[in-house]
Amino acid sequence: MSDTPKLSLDFKGLLCPMPVVKLAMAMKQVQVGDLIEAVATDPGVMADIPAWARTSGNEVVTLEKREKDFRFVVKRMK
Amino acid sequence: MIEKKNKLTMVVLSGDMDKVMAAYIIANGAAAAGTEVVMFFTFWGIKAIQKGNLTGKSVFGRMLGVMNRGGLDAIGPSRLNMGGMGRWMFKLMMKKHGVTPLTELRDSAIALGVKLIPCEMSMNVMEIDCDDLIPEAQEPVGVATMLEHANESGVQFFI
Repeated sequence: MSDTPKLSLDFKGLLCPMPVVKLAMAMKQVQVGDLIEAVATDPGVMADIPAWARTSGNEVVTLEKREKDFRFVVKRMK
Repeated sequence: MIEKKNKLTMVVLSGDMDKVMAAYIIANGAAAAGTEVVMFFTFWGIKAIQKGNLTGKSVFGRMLGVMNRGGLDAIGPSRLNMGGMGRWMFKLMMKKHGVTPLTELRDSAIALGVKLIPCEMSMNVMEIDCDDLIPEAQEPVGVATMLEHANESGVQFFI
């Protein structure tokens, strides 16, 4: 386990439900405890990423609105 | 009392583009969050898992096959279709706004393990064979099987 993300994903231009779909698929490529970082432009991720994490049992490490996009880091918990 | 699982069962009755789209989006979202998803396609909804070829054996069956063409490329929105113009317009607008196309939504649902189950009775009535369905579709079943899935699902939808 380390603080550097195992995967860095680009979700720019993707709309619902693709950010969570691509995130779920990427989750299968990393180990429990690993981090995944992603950048998206769909404002829906601000609500949907935490909701996805609660349902799937994973953890949102950071989620921030930046000037032109949204960046988040999630941790695979199981 | 049956214990509810982290499972979603959906009945898709509609074969309209907008409703099928909602169905596949819900399925994708749920499957992405680790929920087991079963989609049961009945009546017009079967169009959402058809290959898109012409179907039917009898005169009426073939007429239905022509007038009720299946496949994701053939289905139009429930409102403002205007003889196919609406379908064309919606497809164009969705593309412009970067919305994921229906075929891609279905592919990702399949990749996430969503089960696509056709209704046996509707297939018989509408003269649709298993060969007319996409290969990822499961064996056709009846209402009892759908209810068994629904019974143990924490979430159920009817679309």
